[in-house]
Amino acid sequence: MQAYILRRVAQGILAIFVISTITFALARVSGDPLNVLLPEEASEEQIELIKAEWGLDKPLHMQYFQYLGKLFRGDLGEAMAWPNSTATELIIERLPNTIKLSALALVVSGVIAFPVGVLVAIKKDTPFDYGGKLFAILGQSAPTFAVGLILMWIFAVQLNFFPTSGSGGVEYMILPAVALGYYNVAALMRLTRSSMLEVLDTEYVKLARIKGVAEWKVIWKHCFRNALIVPLTYFGLIGAVLITGSVVIETVFAWPGLGALVIDAILFRDYVVVQAVVLLFAAAFVIINIMVDVLYAYIDPRIRYT
Amino acid sequence: MAAVTTTPEVAAPSTPQRENRLVSGLRVARELPVIPLLVLILLLAIPAIFANQLAPHSQRIGVLDDAKLPPFWISESFEERMVVQRADRNRLDVEIGLSNAQRKVERGEATILVGGEDGEVNPGDTLRFQARKGGSMEYPLGTDKQGRDILSRIMHGARISLMVSSLAILLGGGLGTLLGMLAAYRGGKTDSIIMRIVDIKLAFPSILLALVLVAAIGAGFTTVIVVIAVLLWARYARVVRGEALAIKQQDFIDRARVSGASNARIMMRHIFPNLVNTVVVLATLEVGHVIILESTLSFLGAGIPAPTPAWGVMVADGRDLITTAWWIFLFPCLAIVLTVLSMNLLGDWLRDKLDPKLRNI
Amino acid sequence: MTAVQTATDTILEVNDLKTYIFTRAATVKAVDGISFNLRKGETLGIVGESGCGKTMTALSLLRLVPKPAGRIVEGEIVLNGEDILQKSEDEMRDVRGRQISMILQDPQTSLNPVFTIGNQLREALGIAHRENKSSMLSRAVDALRKVNVAAPERRLDDYPHQMSGGMKQRVVGAIAMSCEPGVIIADEPTTALDVTIQLQYLRLLKEIQAETGLAIIFITHDFGVVARMCDRVAVMYAGRIIEQGDVRDIFSRPAHPYTQALINSVPKLEQSVDRLYSIDGQPPLLSNLPEGCRFAPRCPYVSDQCYEAYPQSYTLNEGHYADCWALDADWQGTPIEEFVPPTGTAG
Repeated sequence: MQAYILRRVAQGILAIFVISTITFALARVSGDPLNVLLPEEASEEQIELIKAEWGLDKPLHMQYFQYLGKLFRGDLGEAMAWPNSTATELIIERLPNTIKLSALALVVSGVIAFPVGVLVAIKKDTPFDYGGKLFAILGQSAPTFAVGLILMWIFAVQLNFFPTSGSGGVEYMILPAVALGYYNVAALMRLTRSSMLEVLDTEYVKLARIKGVAEWKVIWKHCFRNALIVPLTYFGLIGAVLITGSVVIETVFAWPGLGALVIDAILFRDYVVVQAVVLLFAAAFVIINIMVDVLYAYIDPRIRYT
Repeated sequence: MAAVTTTPEVAAPSTPQRENRLVSGLRVARELPVIPLLVLILLLAIPAIFANQLAPHSQRIGVLDDAKLPPFWISESFEERMVVQRADRNRLDVEIGLSNAQRKVERGEATILVGGEDGEVNPGDTLRFQARKGGSMEYPLGTDKQGRDILSRIMHGARISLMVSSLAILLGGGLGTLLGMLAAYRGGKTDSIIMRIVDIKLAFPSILLALVLVAAIGAGFTTVIVVIAVLLWARYARVVRGEALAIKQQDFIDRARVSGASNARIMMRHIFPNLVNTVVVLATLEVGHVIILESTLSFLGAGIPAPTPAWGVMVADGRDLITTAWWIFLFPCLAIVLTVLSMNLLGDWLRDKLDPKLRNI
Repeated sequence: MTAVQTATDTILEVNDLKTYIFTRAATVKAVDGISFNLRKGETLGIVGESGCGKTMTALSLLRLVPKPAGRIVEGEIVLNGEDILQKSEDEMRDVRGRQISMILQDPQTSLNPVFTIGNQLREALGIAHRENKSSMLSRAVDALRKVNVAAPERRLDDYPHQMSGGMKQRVVGAIAMSCEPGVIIADEPTTALDVTIQLQYLRLLKEIQAETGLAIIFITHDFGVVARMCDRVAVMYAGRIIEQGDVRDIFSRPAHPYTQALINSVPKLEQSVDRLYSIDGQPPLLSNLPEGCRFAPRCPYVSDQCYEAYPQSYTLNEGHYADCWALDADWQGTPIEEFVPPTGTAG
């Protein structure tokens, strides 16, 4: 088990390293960062000065090693488009917002998806089931921005239940979190349903019924935990969906998180911030995946000993 | 349970061998997902092919006087407001500022209901004016803020969605299929290198990769296709590799090798035809995904550039007007959802028919 | 077996039970009108090829026919004097486990992989006994000891995947018997086990039966096991019981050609483990049953009469019945040959 976790961590570090290299390369291809730093009528001297200050006078591979060295010391660099702040400061400022939103979205999707998935499995081939299926298929067919905007239009503009956008208390978070969680609800629900159906058909569930266990206990004790195994492997993907979704949803709802930051950074061509945020997202993604594997081993004791 | 239920005897089912081709053909036709197919044909295929002939208005040039017209079923409405020196922001439903009121009267857009004896607008008068223009069949789904017909733009948008998704899937799917086959066929180092790249690709959240790529190459039609192809190939490679590995084990591959066929020939003539079902099912399942990706990129301003009526661009256009002119964002949203939904239903059906083992990917 | 049986001895009586499975294409008559009864402390073997409705019979007795496709459409199941088909689902829960229970075929899959043995055993015990934790624990240990599990205290914390197949099947037995039911259905409990373990397990079941006066319905396709375990035998073919009787009668004077063929296909008792029968042809599909006798297409004595109607039941001896037209006094076809039991087969 430990060796397994170690191997996964090593793989993760390799992946993050490769991603940092790719983002570095892509950021340099994206055009001369000098355009961001300098006014158009800058003199030769100014250009040289700025180049030296940002280390842009050195050859590309030297810049890369410099970048890696700084990265190793935890220094993500000075933001170019945000004066007087480092990428680290920007991230620290925005990160809590993104975490809050993603966590709420995760809770929303879990709280809805698992019970509903179990319910539609028990009520297979009834109107419940068809309703659930429709809900799930819709969730997988609507882009996050469309879900966000339609929710905003119905609940903020027409019904005035929530503010349309911006940041503040919980009321600002509910619509974005639901929009962000919807895709996951759909996917998780479908998975829970199908694995629940599979478990309901096993011999050990039959034995539980034979020994006279109450039906609710058969479902929530004997089936649910077994049925969770498959959807949980999907939680890694959910991490990806949340990260991807936060980029879109934060833009739609003007929520000041990392997703909105990276879009701004791309628009301003601030490659330092782009690199930093992308790296952070990739690291989060890798860590989530490792955590899922560990959780998986906890739920399914058969994996622990192999 | 104890209640005796009598059931009519069911006639013995005829065995499949006895069924003639016509009957089985009819059965397939009856099981066709009719509604999704109709939606796809009416919403995607016909508008995409005949956009130039069918669209009632230009997709790019609008009539500014007709800006923000609502859809046809919404009729015009009037409002009465009290003229004040300076309107309170929170009382805009009952008050109108003096200068604003004067402008409206000068243009003939408003009539003075109470007051206005001197022919001038004064504070304290009541003004009646048109709050919203009515919709008409001229623009069935309304117009955007530049007075462009939304229906026409949705039709042209269908063409873009169709072109982007088919080209991106052709490119990404082709690349992925080729690499997957190569990995399976060559094995060893080729295999492990290709599959490592696949792993790393799959460890990278796709929208971010797309955004970084677009930032690097610059937004545009070709960029979008290339970027989406880059996002797609890895999944193809993984699935196709698995399938090809199984096919490679079969006797006829050995026989082909023994009879002296070249590697390229074995791959193209013997392995690929057995993968066609898988590739087709994957492609159908991916269309919806690609349309979502393309519209998301366009919505974020990193996809198809603005004047082109891609659905995502149209939604972005309507975003700021969500409180006043909802039809600008809503109709393109619905076009995306309906298209993707139908495509997914069709893909599910095709998978169950052609390649059920793909169900768990 | 005592010679005189009184009606009060009967613990389970099944009358004309029919369980059908309704699929879109056809109605599968998995159990099509079977009747039998079971006395206290008795072992009834239900024998037949796979797919003849044995397992569906067992599930019907527990009212656990897979829903919604499967349904008991007709009949009576009188358990301890009450027809359980009249009971509500809630009342059935008191019946299952306490009055009737079952040991499933495959021990590998019949224990929940994510809970410990102790957890699953205590859950079963908890249905009949609500007591504090320590006395439940000692009950669980007792239950394991009863099925000859060594060092039961230590086994309680094991997960199913840490146990051998034979051990698991004993745990399943302990769970099934935890609420001291009067009837236990053992559905081919030994087919998934090694030969030596099989014999141990059968011996264990016999011991428990001698101690507790349990009635057992033993479902198997193996006549060797029947000879070892059962007092009476019911032979099933295509959803019906075609012959039933005392185990000695069945082995020495099998009346139905199908029973004869089955017994003939077991060469020697001690070797007869899990072998294939060698009867020509296939049993009919339960969704597409022929008119008349269901064994007719494979029967060496078949005549036209067999295809016309399902045969009557003929009494051969006290408690020994068979459904075959050849037993009729007016039988026109080839008479059934005198049965010569293969050496070493008779029980």
